[in-house]
Amino acid sequence: MKVGVLALQGAVTEHIRSIELAGVEAVAVKKIEELADVQGLIIPGGESTTIGKLMHKYGFIEAIREFSQAGKPIFGTCAGLIVLAKKIEGQDEAHLALMDITVARNAFGRQRESFETDLNIKGIDEPVRAVFIRAPLITSVGNQVEVLSTYQDEIVTARQGHLLVSSYHPELTDDYRLHQYFADMVRAYQGSIS
Amino acid sequence: METGTSRVKRGMAEMQKGGVIMDVMNAEQAKIAEAAGATAVMALERVPSDIRAAGGVARMADPTIVEEVMKVVSIPVMAKSRIGHFVEAKVLESLGVDYLDESEVLTPADEVFHIDKWDFTVPFVCGAKDLGEALRRIGEGASMIRTKGEPGTGNIVEAVRHMRHINGQIRKVQNMSKDELYAEAKNLGVAHDLLLEVQKLGKLPVVNFAAGGVATPADAALMMHLGADGVFVGSGIFKSEYPEKFARAIVEATTHFRDYKLIAEVSKNLGAPMKGIEISSLKPSERMQDRGW
Repeated sequence: MKVGVLALQGAVTEHIRSIELAGVEAVAVKKIEELADVQGLIIPGGESTTIGKLMHKYGFIEAIREFSQAGKPIFGTCAGLIVLAKKIEGQDEAHLALMDITVARNAFGRQRESFETDLNIKGIDEPVRAVFIRAPLITSVGNQVEVLSTYQDEIVTARQGHLLVSSYHPELTDDYRLHQYFADMVRAYQGSIS
Repeated sequence: METGTSRVKRGMAEMQKGGVIMDVMNAEQAKIAEAAGATAVMALERVPSDIRAAGGVARMADPTIVEEVMKVVSIPVMAKSRIGHFVEAKVLESLGVDYLDESEVLTPADEVFHIDKWDFTVPFVCGAKDLGEALRRIGEGASMIRTKGEPGTGNIVEAVRHMRHINGQIRKVQNMSKDELYAEAKNLGVAHDLLLEVQKLGKLPVVNFAAGGVATPADAALMMHLGADGVFVGSGIFKSEYPEKFARAIVEATTHFRDYKLIAEVSKNLGAPMKGIEISSLKPSERMQDRGW
């Protein structure tokens, strides 16, 4: 079992390290062909406009939609959450438009407003240290979406079947429990097809 | 809830990795940079090559330019203060700039003291020619390092020298015994605990970008091969014939720095790049990399 980390731009090595700590082999994905070798995909934090543009440019929009259609799990953090969303506030077009959520970019403000805090997440026992960097927020969710955590009543972690998103960066700490949670989703997928 | 922690500041730089940060002088250029896929823009009154041409004292940009750029783009906006000029830095922070560059491109305001960067909520990037300089800046609170290179020359040779030098020094440190490391900390003029961290990590404890002379897509890819986490492009883009196309080409070459066919493709018909300056023709006083310590 292997998990790919989309390596167009952003915090790729951190995700590889975290998912490997969760006991799963990981590989950077730069070309769409490389998606064939992985059973789960992480879309990392970075600049969503940059990642979105490069995804369009290199055919990742269609390729990841097919990947998702097959039921293969996808985990998006920060920019990854933005590109997975069906609707981005203030923008006419979304990127992958896979997850039934509406997001607001840079919802907490500029870098000086970026912060870290302890966060309770459904399905994880003790609070997780969450690092929010120019983070987006989920402003509304469809009825298929389960909210896994909120910060000051705003949605910051959510799941819709095989799709998992967080508006913060679990890859920036040594705590890999959210990656463990995602690894379990990939294992469940693997179990369902074999 | 805590703001301005090391994790939040260094993490912001991590999110820039694999990206291109572009110098812009107005709102229109900022929009072009964002549309081309820049991960951030550096708002300036003049790009380094113009600063060279103009001479005189180069200072922080007019806040109007910085605000104008912040208004039109959703990507992070960086701005430069003079070395040691903590008031310029505080002014820029008060405007809401996302990242500060204590930069040798501007005329230093203090020849002895760099800014105490721990005193800021907003993170700093600083230039370095060698490991000692990089760790001194990190010791002062920098959350990101970039090679100094030789800004505004369109000549990559100095950035290559600095990147290779820093990485060579790191490899040397990795092989040092405990007692050698104490002596090396003294030689480099850095805190021992920071050097110990470098030895453990095998890299700097913060993101390290290439800057100072990147003028073509192949230059950007070269720096990525040499271990840069990303690139700053200063004068290169808006001094080229077709800035829009040129900016996109640099972004793609940075992402796919090992794909030579792709770099060939994006390098076609880019028009004339900036003319560039041979380093040996610079007078010692014109070498920006020698500013700061």
